[in-house]
Amino acid sequence: MTDPVSLAVCPRCGRPLDGPAAHDACRAALELEPPRFCGDCGRRMKVQVVPTGWTATCVEHGIQTS
Amino acid sequence: MATENTDVLDRAREQVLERGIGLDEAGVLEILRLPDERVTEALELAHEVRMRWCGPEVEVEGIVSLKTGGCPEDCHFCSQSGLFSSPVRSVWLDIPSLVEAAKQTAATGASEFCIVAAVRGPDAKLMSQMREGVKAIKEAVDINVAASLGMLSQEQVDELVEMGVHRYNHNLETCRTYFPNVVTTHSWEERWGTLKMVRDSGMEVCCGGIIGMGETLEQRAEFAVQLAELDPHEVPLNFLNPRPGTPFGDQPTMDPKDALRAIAAFRLALPKTILRYAGGREITLGDLGTRDGLLGGVNAVIVGNYLTTLGRPASADLQLLQELKMPVKALSATL
Repeated sequence: MTDPVSLAVCPRCGRPLDGPAAHDACRAALELEPPRFCGDCGRRMKVQVVPTGWTATCVEHGIQTS
Repeated sequence: MATENTDVLDRAREQVLERGIGLDEAGVLEILRLPDERVTEALELAHEVRMRWCGPEVEVEGIVSLKTGGCPEDCHFCSQSGLFSSPVRSVWLDIPSLVEAAKQTAATGASEFCIVAAVRGPDAKLMSQMREGVKAIKEAVDINVAASLGMLSQEQVDELVEMGVHRYNHNLETCRTYFPNVVTTHSWEERWGTLKMVRDSGMEVCCGGIIGMGETLEQRAEFAVQLAELDPHEVPLNFLNPRPGTPFGDQPTMDPKDALRAIAAFRLALPKTILRYAGGREITLGDLGTRDGLLGGVNAVIVGNYLTTLGRPASADLQLLQELKMPVKALSATL
């Protein structure tokens, strides 16, 4: 799971983590989902899920893997 | 004078367990309406039916998305439709990564590897990728290759057979009467047409759907018997995992007891079919649900991740099978 604590943007919903929205449900959901948004810039990432892992690519901030 | 047996589980024991004949729509509906205190009894009977008519083996499968997102269809449950504001972006898996995924799947002991694409039907590029990918997998890995590429033409069916694809997945998703509430860009009958072509080609037919999309219990029963009429080799049973940005994104997940009723009901409608636990089991039933399902009529699992969401680690499911003394179906047993 991506740890959203040090991020600016929620990797699940793409909204700012310091904004008014609560992200408890997003944190829980990320147990069973790969991140979809770059935690640094909020861009939608290209995500490839395979049976044993996932890869998420932000054009600006590079590749994350499970 | 003999008295008519009116209890559905007693009738199912005589008809389904003893004679291998699935329940009709009215019987399935009775199972779906059983009170909570009888769900365990229904699951136990479904398990007996599975053991009697399918045996103890569990078929293990991995699935992978060859082409993710950007689909022109509007299946309301699907995060891969290009018509919704889903966060899933379009991406293709390259052939070396596809082969690697097949190798990792085979390493779990799985006998099946299903290549899936989010499309209405395959175009020339996808068929070319399939040809290259299936060939590369067959050269590198001992595993059965299945495919799920949407609606097919007869030429494409023939081409998949020629490639050596042994099973084709094309879910009806839901019953005929509820389908227009789920998909508007194509019809249930169009899907049925592809399934008929697949059946006639000699490929194994894999056809199931998603439970908990707002259909009534009557429609759930209708779906079970429509699947029984199709008589597929395998039925993958998914539970709705509401995806953000889709029309069904705000629907609640299914009540776990209803999910278990559905498992028992589908087994009692389809006594001899491979009934596979597919997507949504983790979010609907949690870790314990996997055990309940495997002891309630399920005899196949998708291990590891799904197409856009994550599943339990394969090792957790394999350990559970060991605890339950359910052997993984060997590749040789499927050939």
